Amino acid sequence: MQRGTAAVERVFREEYGRLIASLVRRFGDIDIAAEAAGEALVAALEKWSESGVPPNPGGWLTITAGNRAIDRIRREKQRDAKHQAAFMYHDDTPHEPTGPIEDDRLRLLFTCCHPALAPEARIALTLRLLGGLTVAEIAHAFLVPETTMAQRITRAKKKIAAAKVPYRVPAAADLTERLGGVLAVLFLVFNEGYLATGDGDPVRAELNGRGHPADTGPPPAAPRGAGGGRSARAAAAHRGPA
Amino acid sequence: MTHYLLTVHGPAEMDEYGNYGSKEEMGEAFAATGAFNDKLHSDGYWVFAGGLQPASTATVVDGQGETPVTTDGPYLETKEVIGGCWVIDTPDLDVALRLAAEGSKACRGKVEVRPFDGLA
Repeated sequence: MQRGTAAVERVFREEYGRLIASLVRRFGDIDIAAEAAGEALVAALEKWSESGVPPNPGGWLTITAGNRAIDRIRREKQRDAKHQAAFMYHDDTPHEPTGPIEDDRLRLLFTCCHPALAPEARIALTLRLLGGLTVAEIAHAFLVPETTMAQRITRAKKKIAAAKVPYRVPAAADLTERLGGVLAVLFLVFNEGYLATGDGDPVRAELNGRGHPADTGPPPAAPRGAGGGRSARAAAAHRGPA
Repeated sequence: MTHYLLTVHGPAEMDEYGNYGSKEEMGEAFAATGAFNDKLHSDGYWVFAGGLQPASTATVVDGQGETPVTTDGPYLETKEVIGGCWVIDTPDLDVALRLAAEGSKACRGKVEVRPFDGLA
C-alpha cells in the first residue's frame, strides 16, 4: 500500500478531470464541483495517510466529493439559486439530453471549448478543469500574471453559468462545426504535456495520456455523414502532433 | 428556460432605405424578419420584439442627483447603435445562438446575445 501525501497528490491529479466532469454532470455547477473535489482531496489526505490509498481511489474520491457537494447544497439551500440545485434530488423529471456520446469528460470538454467563450479562456478552462493544472501553472504557460489568469477563468465560469452554456456533446449535425475548437484546445493541452512549463519533469505523461482514444472512449469524430478527412484529423489529434 | 436579449446592431447613420441599400432589399429583409418572428411564436421562444427609431431620437435621463438631468442624444455617441431587439425564452445558449444567427440573417444586422439576470 502506498503512503504519504505524494501518493495522494498523484492519484488526485490522475483522477481530477474524471472527478470534476462527473460532479458537473450530477450537480450542474462547475463551482460546486470544484469545491467538492477540493474537500475530497483534504479528506483523502487525512484518511489515506493513515490507512493507505484504497483499492479504487477514483471511486472513493467520487463518492466523498458527491457527499460533500450534497452537504454544501443542503447548508446553503435557503438561497434561491442553491435551492434550485438542491431541488435536483427530488426532481423526478428526466435528465436533459446529454448528447450522442456518453462520456462526462467529453461533455465538459465541449462546454469548456464552447464558441461563446474566448479562445484563450477555452484552453485555460480545459487545463484547469480537465487537466487539473493549477492557475499558477496555466498563467506561466500563457505568460500572464496569475491574477490575470484567475480572473479569466472565473469570468469564463461565470459566463457558463449565467448564459447557460449547455453541458453536452453537440448533436451530430453540429458536431463537425464544433469539433475544430475542441481539437485546437486538445492540441495545446498535449503541447503543455509534451513540454511542461512548470517546474519538474518536462514530459507530463498524465496530460499526454489523456489524449489517447483508449482512455476517452470513442473519438469525437464519429457522427454518421461526417467526412473521412475529419475522422483522420481527430485521430491525429488523439495521437498528438507527428 | 433562460431569457435572452438579442440586440441588433447597425450603423447610426441611415439613408432613405435604412442600411439595406434599396427598396427591394429592405422589403425582403422586412419579410424575412416577419417570417422569423412567426417562427419564434410557433416554436414557443417568443417573449417580445421591436424595432427602434434612430438613435438621434434618444434622450438620456440621469436621475441620480437631486433634480433629474436630461440630455439629448444616445448615451454613447458611436458609429454603430442598437436598431431593435428580441427577448426570447430558450432552454440554453446553443438554442439562443442558433436563433440569433437566423434573426441576424433575416434582418441583415449583427446580433448580440445577452442572458437576463431574471425578469421582474
